[in-house]
Amino acid sequence: MAKTITSKVFVVADNIDTDQIIPAQYLNLIPTIKEEYEKLGSYALAGLPDDVNPIKFVPEGQTKTPYGIIVAGRNFGCGSSREHAPIALGAAGVEAVVAESFARIFFRNSVATGELYPVDTPVRICDEIKTGDEATLDLDANTLTVNGKTYELKPLGDVRPVIDAGGLFNYARQSGMIAKA
Amino acid sequence: MTLTEKILARASGKPWVRPGDNVWVNVDVLMTHDVCGPGTIGVFKREFGQNAKVWDRKKVVIIPDHYIFTADGMCNRNVDILRDFVNEQGIEYFYDIIDDPKGQWKFDTVKGDFTRQFGKHYSGVCHSTLAQRGHNRPGEVLFGTDSHTCQSGAFNQFATGIGNTDAGFIMGTGKLLIKVPETMRFFLEGELPKGVSGKDVILHLIGEIGFDGATYRAMQFEGPGVGSLSMDDRMTITNMAIEAGGKNGIFTCDQKTLDYVNARVAENGTKSTFEPVEPDADQQLFYDKAFDLSKLEPTVACHPDPGQRKLAKELGHIALDRAYIGSCTGGKTSDFLAFAEVVKGKTVKIDTFGVPSTTLVLDELKATKWEGKSVWNILVDAGVRMTENPGCAACLGGPVDTFGRVNKAGIKCISATNRNFPGRMGHKESQVFLASPYTVAASALTGKITDPREFIC
Repeated sequence: MAKTITSKVFVVADNIDTDQIIPAQYLNLIPTIKEEYEKLGSYALAGLPDDVNPIKFVPEGQTKTPYGIIVAGRNFGCGSSREHAPIALGAAGVEAVVAESFARIFFRNSVATGELYPVDTPVRICDEIKTGDEATLDLDANTLTVNGKTYELKPLGDVRPVIDAGGLFNYARQSGMIAKA
Repeated sequence: MTLTEKILARASGKPWVRPGDNVWVNVDVLMTHDVCGPGTIGVFKREFGQNAKVWDRKKVVIIPDHYIFTADGMCNRNVDILRDFVNEQGIEYFYDIIDDPKGQWKFDTVKGDFTRQFGKHYSGVCHSTLAQRGHNRPGEVLFGTDSHTCQSGAFNQFATGIGNTDAGFIMGTGKLLIKVPETMRFFLEGELPKGVSGKDVILHLIGEIGFDGATYRAMQFEGPGVGSLSMDDRMTITNMAIEAGGKNGIFTCDQKTLDYVNARVAENGTKSTFEPVEPDADQQLFYDKAFDLSKLEPTVACHPDPGQRKLAKELGHIALDRAYIGSCTGGKTSDFLAFAEVVKGKTVKIDTFGVPSTTLVLDELKATKWEGKSVWNILVDAGVRMTENPGCAACLGGPVDTFGRVNKAGIKCISATNRNFPGRMGHKESQVFLASPYTVAASALTGKITDPREFIC
């Protein structure tokens, strides 16, 4: 399935941990309940300190973000195993995170839920672009194009079809690993 | 093979595995709690059906511990969801906050944090509970919906944190597909000097390899220095493997491990058979370095991540507003005893909060007497605000009414907990410095980051 995503980007640096992605006080929300899923989206990246990131990821009073792609530095999603983290981003409307590296559990949770594509970049893009820039992510060519410059990304490999299918369970059913519901 | 490879080979029914292999492993224990349990149950029911049954009711351990002592109605509801599921499924191990299996939990704010509000089944922090209640066994595979699940590796088992979707999959099938990690060996030699503890070891090692230095890898602890480390120290070390990005942390098994495990499984009537693993002489290591424990000094991870390593003695210029001791990492009985050794007969200078990790720790602190006075009272008389209600509390911030939560910008807190990214303990413009119970205690007395060795004879 061909896939390109064109959107404004939200740019952050290294070590964006799960407390910044979804602060712990909102973990009382249960992601499998629809209204609570939507609410998680409205709190996505609410834990970013205002002095470093003055632009709100989700504008005040809204539930969706105008930024469909996040570009980050090293170790994105480090910290807790809370699946609320990729879910909050996905619920807010994020389709992909392009980072120099991902923390293991966040990466796995992104794939298992199918909420977003976690794409590794071999070069540090986050210092060269700014929040609000328009970007196109091509998941077949493995490129990110921003401000007329094209960056080569690492292929998603085995996890791409899992996310395409909508997560672990859908993929497991499609491929016959577990019985169809 | 390494310790991790041996366990994963056995759990997947293969003679051997190597790093990078994707294998289906059979799960021995699945642990979940009040923050991720309701979502896991939601995934399980959505995918396997409303009437589905868990794969093994004796292998699912449910431990409410995160947001218990709060007036937040949704948090209280989440504990009730766990109870309903346990009743429906006949789950054997559930450490409920109330005694009535048909009841509903509500935190009584009038009684508050300084009055006991738990029933006879309650335990407290999940990782401490797994150890104390006989759910940790060498050679086994344990998954938990919490990143500090890696703590269980202290007992020579493979243990790692997962999300709700993976946990829901395990609930229905008893299996999970995982990638075999490369192993990094930390070869420990010598013995820790007085005033230096397991917390200093792991903060030193994280500083050595960086906050993401073990990402996707196993951290294996072995060597002649292991024998001198208590099980509590080993738990503190493996607990924080995730703070270097590690998939798991794991120790070799010795007589101390066996004594601890055998006593706990006998006392609690849990499964008593297990088979420890040893590393092969020709194991393949991604990284291999020796560390002399006797050379370590009190260590601090400064704001804003666990890799910001400094020595406590270099940080005397940092004035603090608050001190905190508690959590899976720093709320064990031995942690409070170390803290009490420093503050005994003195008075803390800054707001200081203490949260026992479990009810057993609470009982032990009240029962342990030094010169006729309980350690609990020694701490209270030194000015430490000790809650009677064990749990995760402010280690991860939590709801705004959480005991010890940092609710103001600019607060600098020294803490015996495990994580210090921005906002971890509450306000996103506060700062957390991670240190051992000794260092937190000495710093509480002076109001500045302080090397504890000057307070320990």
